[in-house]
Amino acid sequence: MSTETIDLKTKLLTDFHARESLMNGEAASPFHQKKRAAISRFEELGFPTPKNEEWKYSNVKDLISESYHFNAESNLTLADLQELNIPDQNANILYFVNGHYSEELSSIVSSSEQIIIDSLQNAYKKNPELVNRYFDELVKDDSDAFTSLNTAFAFDGVFIHVPDNQTVEHPVIMRFMSDARAENVASQPRNIIAVGRNGHVKIAEAFRTLGEARSLTNAVTEIHLDRDANVEYYKVQNETENAYHIGTTQVRMLDQSHFYAGTVTLNGRFTRNNLNIILDGEHCEAHMYGLYFPDGSQHVDNHTVADHRKPNSNSNELYKGILRDKSKGVFNGKIFVREDAQKTNAFQSCKNIVLSTEATMNTKPQLEIFADDVKCSHGTTTGQIDEEALFYMQSRGISKPEAMSLLMYAFCADVVSQIKIDSVREYLEGVIADKLATK
Amino acid sequence: MLSINELRASIEGKEILKGINLEVKPGEVHAIMGPNGSGKSTLASVLAGREEYEVTGGSVTFDGKDLLELAAEERAAEGIFLAFQYPVEIPGVTTINFLKTAVNEIRKYKGENPLDAAQFLKMVREKAKLVSMNDSLLKRALNEGFSGGEKKRNEIFQMAVLEPKLAVLDETDSGLDIDALRIVAEGVNSLRSPDRSAIVVTHYQRLLDYIVPDFVHVLYKGRIVKSGPKELALELEEKGYDWIKAEVDALG
Ligand SMILES: Nc1ncnc2c1ncn2[C@@H]1O[C@H](COP(=O)(O)OP(=O)(O)OP(=O)(O)O)[C@@H](O)[C@H]1O
Ligand SMILES: [Mg+2]
Repeated sequence: MSTETIDLKTKLLTDFHARESLMNGEAASPFHQKKRAAISRFEELGFPTPKNEEWKYSNVKDLISESYHFNAESNLTLADLQELNIPDQNANILYFVNGHYSEELSSIVSSSEQIIIDSLQNAYKKNPELVNRYFDELVKDDSDAFTSLNTAFAFDGVFIHVPDNQTVEHPVIMRFMSDARAENVASQPRNIIAVGRNGHVKIAEAFRTLGEARSLTNAVTEIHLDRDANVEYYKVQNETENAYHIGTTQVRMLDQSHFYAGTVTLNGRFTRNNLNIILDGEHCEAHMYGLYFPDGSQHVDNHTVADHRKPNSNSNELYKGILRDKSKGVFNGKIFVREDAQKTNAFQSCKNIVLSTEATMNTKPQLEIFADDVKCSHGTTTGQIDEEALFYMQSRGISKPEAMSLLMYAFCADVVSQIKIDSVREYLEGVIADKLATK
Repeated sequence: MLSINELRASIEGKEILKGINLEVKPGEVHAIMGPNGSGKSTLASVLAGREEYEVTGGSVTFDGKDLLELAAEERAAEGIFLAFQYPVEIPGVTTINFLKTAVNEIRKYKGENPLDAAQFLKMVREKAKLVSMNDSLLKRALNEGFSGGEKKRNEIFQMAVLEPKLAVLDETDSGLDIDALRIVAEGVNSLRSPDRSAIVVTHYQRLLDYIVPDFVHVLYKGRIVKSGPKELALELEEKGYDWIKAEVDALG
């Protein structure tokens, strides 16, 4: 272990205990007990090294050798943010700047009968029992050091509760801003989304960084779907060349629930996304879509899990990436079909276009099937742009760069079209078209 | 208009074209026939600017310009069109969007303003009618899942939209039913004019009944070994290629 590793880890442990000593009675609360358990997990696990199979291709050495100002104050105004973000008049918008919820920047349009939307801090103050019912429940056994770290320091984020039988008409868009204009900053947003029976909601998390200093985001989102619930969940990462992002989304689905996830990584120095779905009911449907466009020396790692625990459910996964320059991509898709999960259908596909000889893509599908009556398939492809198609287009007068961007855009289209929040999809269409056109 | 001189080209180190000479004047239609593997599609690809083929000798001028100096898209903008023997499927790009991009890229090359959506649609509808191209095909991904005949018709449709000066049709007739063959031929003929030319690669006299050529050439082993008037095609249909092969092979 390098001395730097000890530095960040030690600092975090010291910070935790210093805070704890200032807590008085609150330290005995069940909420804090979860945090205490998490910090000891983190202490035990330590930051992962490439010896850890789950982190084999994604080395966090650089990330942990930096120092950060956690939850730094920022004077960002709405005007600073406007042009950076997905415009949407019809959405519930929540702003977090360096991990702090900003009430003045946020606007909530849905009624409180349909949906409770609050910052985690406020929600906990108002209704500690409700928050505590969900907080940490899905990740308490997670063996990921970053997830434990997030729990230990969980301080703000979004708490969403959709009561039974409510269809939330306006999407919820959460905007997590890192203001790295003055110094290295870090934040650890913790989101909880609990959707009751037959509740329907669309949610997006958008991550952006401002400024040239380093930023670290260590985000965890827990999503509970009760029976017949329907959740669409999108994660859009458009950060800077200096942004580290580690994110875990942990989902648990009960009978007949439907879950759609779209994860789009547009930019970021180092991105690791864990999307873990437990299909803990029958007749569930889980869809996972992903897109990533690393260039320069960016690193994007997507780890997904579809864990089928009950019979008669389906999961379907499509991840696509375009890699340029010296970028690196990692895809690890696990499908578990437990003994009880007969009649499972599970499909997985990861397709990549590698545009440079110095870019690399590591793909690893991992199927562990313990039931006998199942349909599972997986496939990964990593190739170049189709030369035949390129020539065909050129022969019609379309210049090579234009033909390349048309072909790449077409490659992404089946993932982009899955994004059902119009403002998010339109934003992505624009950003992706620009991104593919500039090179 | 097009002048090919001692053109040699190879792929993967193998010489396929071994000194082609061909002169196409404005308004002329030249048919190229010849046995499988003789280099017809290679010639078409080299003219269209496919980079995989290495030109190892000779020259090609088109309207006074050195064609071999131009990129494929520049050749298209200058007025060369290749109807592919095997049109490529491009998932995710609709025929209509593809053509719109093509039309406007060519206009940009010529210093013209792009067509707006309404102008473009009007033009496309007219051309689609000309080759009886179904509207639903235009909205589908380019050639994806198209039948063989639909793909060929799409090639002619694109030609009608782009109005090239020189069209190179590589076996556009193969895979077409009798009605489609007539429609495609009519599409080609409707573009015929004193300043437009065509090179028609085919194995069958049938197409040449509709598109009557001014000259017929036989390509064999990378060379044009025989040229003649339209009657040569009839003779080939009747006698096959053996007599020509024998003549050429006897000369060594
Ligand atoms: N990419 C390639 N690599 C190697 N050989 C090739 C390649 N492309 C063409 N050839 C060879 O070049 C020769 C000429 O091919 P070409 O396609 O030009 O023939 P053709 O006259 O069009 O035949 P057909 O009538 O069957 O269409 C053939 O022997 C073919 O195998
Ligand atoms: Mg051929």
